[in-house]
Amino acid sequence: MRKYISFRTSRFSFFLDKKGLGYFSLFFLVALIIAYLSVSLGEYIVYPSDVFQVIMGNGEKMHSFIITTLRLPRLLVALFVGIGLATSGAILQGMIRNPLASPDIIGITGGGSFAVVMFLTLFSDKSDSLSVSIHWQPVAAFLGAMIIGLLVYILAYQGGVSPIRIILIGIGLSSLTQALTTLGMILGPIYRASQANIWLTGSVYGANWDHVNIIAPVTLVLVIIALLIARRINVQELGDDLAAGVGSHLQRDRLLFLIISTALAGVAVSFAGGVGFVGLMAPHIARRLVGSSYGALIPISALIGGILVMGADLIGRTVFLPLEVPAGVFTASIGAPYFIYLLFRSKRS
Amino acid sequence: MNSLTTKDLILGYGEETIIDSLDIDIPEGEITVFVGGNGCGKSTLLRSMARLLKPKDGEVVLDGEAIAKLSTKEVAKQLAILPQSPVTPEGLTVLQLVKQGRYPYQSWFKQWSNEDEEAVEEALRVTNMTEFKERSVDSLSGGQRQRAWIAMTLAQDTDIILLDEPTTYLDMTYQIEILDLLFELNEREGKTIVMVLHDLNLASRYANHIVALKERGIYAQGKPEDVVTCQFVQDVFEMTCNVMTDPLFGTPMCIPHGRGRCLIQQQRQSG
Repeated sequence: MRKYISFRTSRFSFFLDKKGLGYFSLFFLVALIIAYLSVSLGEYIVYPSDVFQVIMGNGEKMHSFIITTLRLPRLLVALFVGIGLATSGAILQGMIRNPLASPDIIGITGGGSFAVVMFLTLFSDKSDSLSVSIHWQPVAAFLGAMIIGLLVYILAYQGGVSPIRIILIGIGLSSLTQALTTLGMILGPIYRASQANIWLTGSVYGANWDHVNIIAPVTLVLVIIALLIARRINVQELGDDLAAGVGSHLQRDRLLFLIISTALAGVAVSFAGGVGFVGLMAPHIARRLVGSSYGALIPISALIGGILVMGADLIGRTVFLPLEVPAGVFTASIGAPYFIYLLFRSKRS
Repeated sequence: MNSLTTKDLILGYGEETIIDSLDIDIPEGEITVFVGGNGCGKSTLLRSMARLLKPKDGEVVLDGEAIAKLSTKEVAKQLAILPQSPVTPEGLTVLQLVKQGRYPYQSWFKQWSNEDEEAVEEALRVTNMTEFKERSVDSLSGGQRQRAWIAMTLAQDTDIILLDEPTTYLDMTYQIEILDLLFELNEREGKTIVMVLHDLNLASRYANHIVALKERGIYAQGKPEDVVTCQFVQDVFEMTCNVMTDPLFGTPMCIPHGRGRCLIQQQRQSG
């Protein structure tokens, strides 16, 4: 039996891997289930029939409010944050040819964190209130992430950039942003430090439709571009010589990969803060399931990333009621052991 | 057919010059093998001919045009290169690998055309890899893995194939298997093959044209029968040897002197 399906018209032709399609359907279903649980569960439980009524557009006022105003935007932001981080990690891992690469490790997330701490510190007045609107915070985070992405590229540049230089410079910049973030929190007002701390851990608390309206289209467009250039990532994974040999524009593509993955992580970070390890774990799990071909790897990673963040937020929001635990706590508590397991495995092989 | 030549080619890294003002004509439709001692620049030359290394001066000319001025995708449709011991991404299947040879023919929206599919199937068939196409490359034996890589370069559908030490790290059986495959490709499909080989005896048997490099240039080139002599081996490899005739195919065969078992013979004589 053939393991793939080909789609062809005179202008378009595509290749779909059946295994990838199978896993995609599976994770899509899982995502739907988590999405359902997320709109249903919480301090106030909305029962299935009521959820259904709300979906059909004739639910009770309170149910509609809870679902469409409170829970749904938060759920969607969590989903797109996960998709963004995972896709970003997948691209970086292919470009750097190292399964341990992720937006956290090369400092993109750290750049966002530093920018947020600086934003909260610099724009606080004597009475500890912000002198500019808090709405600028995501912008600051996004800029911080982009600046670090750019810096990684510039500092790694030596007549072109090589994967090893990107990762080393990235790790260096990441440590630097962490140090500066800590410094900023110590020197800044104490109230801001605790506010920054929640941000650093990563949380989708307080997400609303305005956030969804930005993060959803931006993330989707970037993921679609990533899918269209999946071939270019595949070919770079074979090494510089082979990639150049089959006609890849190594350096031009590398810059493109870095821009896309930085933007994806930057957008995610600006709405949810430093949700850790998703960019590392999701692509890695996906790779174990569907292999290294990016046409399948990107969508599967994206879905797993979405599931991880939605799931983490669901647990954080429901299990410790009335306390709310930031989603980042859970992604980190699965992610850190997973990272150690990866190191252990790569040491043995 | 595509001709591949170099003009006044100067290659090197940093200050060091490895190849100096080299002119070479690769015979079309034949197998050319570069030989020479370690560090003589044979791999460097091969890489530069595949535009992977920028020359310090001079140029590589493909079909009358400087390779540096051609678009890299255009070059990739005429010339394929298999570097030495390439990396395999974890879990990549043979089919996924071979498909990537079609890279220069694809675009944003044309990712898997009929021609792509036919070329990939043909490449798998010729290399006897069809039955392994769903296996992951890292689970294959050394010889199968090398055949998978060669299938990828074949999928590129080029007239010229360059290979950098395609037999290194392979058992003797696989070395012969790979060289037989390349010989067949040359005979049946008229592909121009250029490769670097370490083993002078295998080079003599499989090459139509041997190019020996020494001291930043060509020491000698021509048919193995004409080129490979005791003096040749002495000069190129700095080793004394006898050159015999291969009893099977009549190509030259080098038997190194070395000290080898002399010690035992001496002991016997003195004892």
